[in-house]
Amino acid sequence: MIKLENVTKAFETPAGTVVAADRINMEVADGEICVLLGPSGCGKTTTLKMINRLIEPTSGKIYINGKDTDRYDPVELRRTIGYVIQQIGLFPNMTVEENVCVVPKLLGWNLDKAKQRASELLATINLDPALFLKRYPKELSGGQQQRVGVARALAADPPVLLMDEPFGAIDPINREVIQDEFLKMHRRLRKTVMFVSHDIDEAVKMADKVAIFRAGRLEQFASPDDLLAHPANDFIADFVGTDRTLKRLRLVKVGAALEPRAPTVVADDPLDHVLALMREHGQRIVMVVDPSGRPQGFLDRDIVAGLSGTAAEHRANLPATVRIEDDLRTAVSKMFMHDVRWMACVDREGLFAGFVSQRGIARLLGETYRAPAGIPR
Amino acid sequence: METLKFIMNNLPAIGQRTIEHVSIVGVAVSLAILTGVPIGIAITQNKRAADIVLYVAAMIMTIPSIALFGVMIPVLALIGQGIGYLPAVIAVLLYSQLPIIRNTYTAISNVDPALREAARGMGMSSLQRLRQVEIPLAIPVIMAGVRIAVVINIGITAIATYIGAGGLGAFISRGISQTDSRQLITGALAVSLLAIAADYGLLWLQHRLTPVGIRTPRMRTPRAAPGRATA
Amino acid sequence: MAIRSVMSGRWTAALGLAAAFALGVAAQRGGLVDQVAKYRGDIAFLSQQHMKLVAISGGLAILIGVPLGLWLSRPRMRGAAETIMQALNLGSTIPTLAVLALSMSLLGIGVVPAIFGLWAASLLPIVRNTYAGMLGVPPHFIEAATGMGMRPLQILSGVEVPNALFVTFAGIRTALAINVGTAPLAFLIGGGGLGELIFTGIDLNEPGMMLAGAIPTALLAVLVDFAVGVVSYWVVPRGVNPLR
Repeated sequence: MIKLENVTKAFETPAGTVVAADRINMEVADGEICVLLGPSGCGKTTTLKMINRLIEPTSGKIYINGKDTDRYDPVELRRTIGYVIQQIGLFPNMTVEENVCVVPKLLGWNLDKAKQRASELLATINLDPALFLKRYPKELSGGQQQRVGVARALAADPPVLLMDEPFGAIDPINREVIQDEFLKMHRRLRKTVMFVSHDIDEAVKMADKVAIFRAGRLEQFASPDDLLAHPANDFIADFVGTDRTLKRLRLVKVGAALEPRAPTVVADDPLDHVLALMREHGQRIVMVVDPSGRPQGFLDRDIVAGLSGTAAEHRANLPATVRIEDDLRTAVSKMFMHDVRWMACVDREGLFAGFVSQRGIARLLGETYRAPAGIPR
Repeated sequence: METLKFIMNNLPAIGQRTIEHVSIVGVAVSLAILTGVPIGIAITQNKRAADIVLYVAAMIMTIPSIALFGVMIPVLALIGQGIGYLPAVIAVLLYSQLPIIRNTYTAISNVDPALREAARGMGMSSLQRLRQVEIPLAIPVIMAGVRIAVVINIGITAIATYIGAGGLGAFISRGISQTDSRQLITGALAVSLLAIAADYGLLWLQHRLTPVGIRTPRMRTPRAAPGRATA
Repeated sequence: MAIRSVMSGRWTAALGLAAAFALGVAAQRGGLVDQVAKYRGDIAFLSQQHMKLVAISGGLAILIGVPLGLWLSRPRMRGAAETIMQALNLGSTIPTLAVLALSMSLLGIGVVPAIFGLWAASLLPIVRNTYAGMLGVPPHFIEAATGMGMRPLQILSGVEVPNALFVTFAGIRTALAINVGTAPLAFLIGGGGLGELIFTGIDLNEPGMMLAGAIPTALLAVLVDFAVGVVSYWVVPRGVNPLR
């Protein structure tokens, strides 16, 4: 748990006093990822560096797991905090193993234990220890270096991890992959993470909480969805982008937007039976499924009204389906692609789970605009 | 002090020696440019050849100049030119090869491939490309090589006095043998000043010859001394 | 390996060997080999003197030059360092003969002035390269090291110096080349060494003597350069060694 109390940093320059960070107050819960976000020069990096005292606060207190960081020798403090920088900074004169073992060695770990730990960490980040332990940084790709950098920060098993634009130096394609891997790893290790970014999409994807900075002030501290739904002021609304509601689509799963479950029909059902069912439940579309529940097609009331035969004879094919664990962005994207306003959803086994429609999605997202901010979702 | 008086009284002699000195270095380095630059350009075509030529030139640099003189004299004596002007010029010529060839080679090979491609795409022949694009871009680096060669060889020419080539080294050698500190210091000072003046003068020339488009604002051009020669 | 990186192909070596052999035959024919062999004893004795001069002056240059370069690269030396480096650069333009001559006017003749002069002539490349090497360590390595909790001394020895090693060694190599190259001149100010055979040979116009001095001098110079090259190849850690 990281807690900042009225943390301030002021620099004296020839042009006068510059307040890089102004009375920052925030608390990051155990095991959460907090992203510090904002334009250049807003104070996010300054704030991050005050936590491991690379920059000394002018005033205010910082507590890590309840302990006041001021009480400790800065050098020893840093050995209990993992730190990853944008340029990664793997020491080229050391092998991967030596790099990862730096902090354990500083802490006096037994050498074998440190090497063992290095080996385990490499396996965790999907780099075969047998191949990579003895390699030098210059023999690794950018993405591999970045992963070793994170492993190095985690070597001494610190409770807290600080990262300064850690994914910035990687190309966009690999960045997605590495971000996903990091999230997977975090789910397992549950470290308290604070990292600086200037990319709103990255923040929305990775963060449990987002802290938006401007000109040294903490403007808003909220979950990504809250931030997108209820930006505290115009600056933040601008910063998150005028497409912020679309950004929210990424955060919600299809399962949350399913329409209330309606009955389905099977292949042999006669049409008049189907039409009666549709009238009874007020449905315009009904799903035709096989005996196990797998979708086979659909019937549109307007098209089959007045026709006779079985469901199987008149059913139309589904252009596509979405899974309930997909996000809404994928669903809407498919709807646009096939020029439809609704989609059939399937669960993990491929069985029909319900419908999702553009109107239903809009209504769901709109709910938060109608509700006050900060209500837990 | 006494040295100043000595200098004042012997200005003509000093002038004479300076001319001798400058002539040896000037002629030899000019010849070295005429041989070195074409060789440098030629070896950009073939990596193997480049490795060999650069290795041989570097080897020559490792040999102390007086040793080179020692080997050349018996050889040149066969044509009656064992001591004096010729061996000095030949030695300076040889010692100038590495800086000039290596700098030319590096400069031309480091021309951004994109520029070469653009030139080819525009329809320039290899020769035109060389003349209009690659060489002008390479000039600052080549000039740096020439500067290194000149400074090194001012020192070597000072030693050449011991094989009868004259030059400002004569003051130093007489100063040593006659234990005359005035001559000694005059010689040391003169050679040093000549070297420093040549360095700065050629730096200015290097700047003038750099195509305007790639000039950088005046900064201390770092002197790369990996192949710095021997005495 | 180091050798493969400087030579290119067995046929080069073969050609070199053939040329040397041909020269040898010609020399033997001309009676030159006997003339040179006359001075066997001198060569042995003077070579020892020569190497002692090089070893002591070179060793001192490294012992003083590297720490000096290190010190100049420290942040608090920042302003003064540039001025000092410019002065050193100026000094390195001074021809080595002049350096020895000035050393003589200060300290007289003999082994000590010779060592002093050689030391002064070889100092500058070492200081300059160590300084440049240390300054060339990218600052983000130092930031990462500080952030991880390394103390300044640990950062110096664990991160900065290893990363500056390659450039420093290049400076040492240049310095020793200058040293070995200037050493023959030590004879002129009473320091001894193989220069004796060369200069006396020139004065007396005796080719045999000249070669007796010149060839070992040249060989020693090549050997020292080669040795430093090999040492630097193996000592500089693989991670920061572009040649490995």
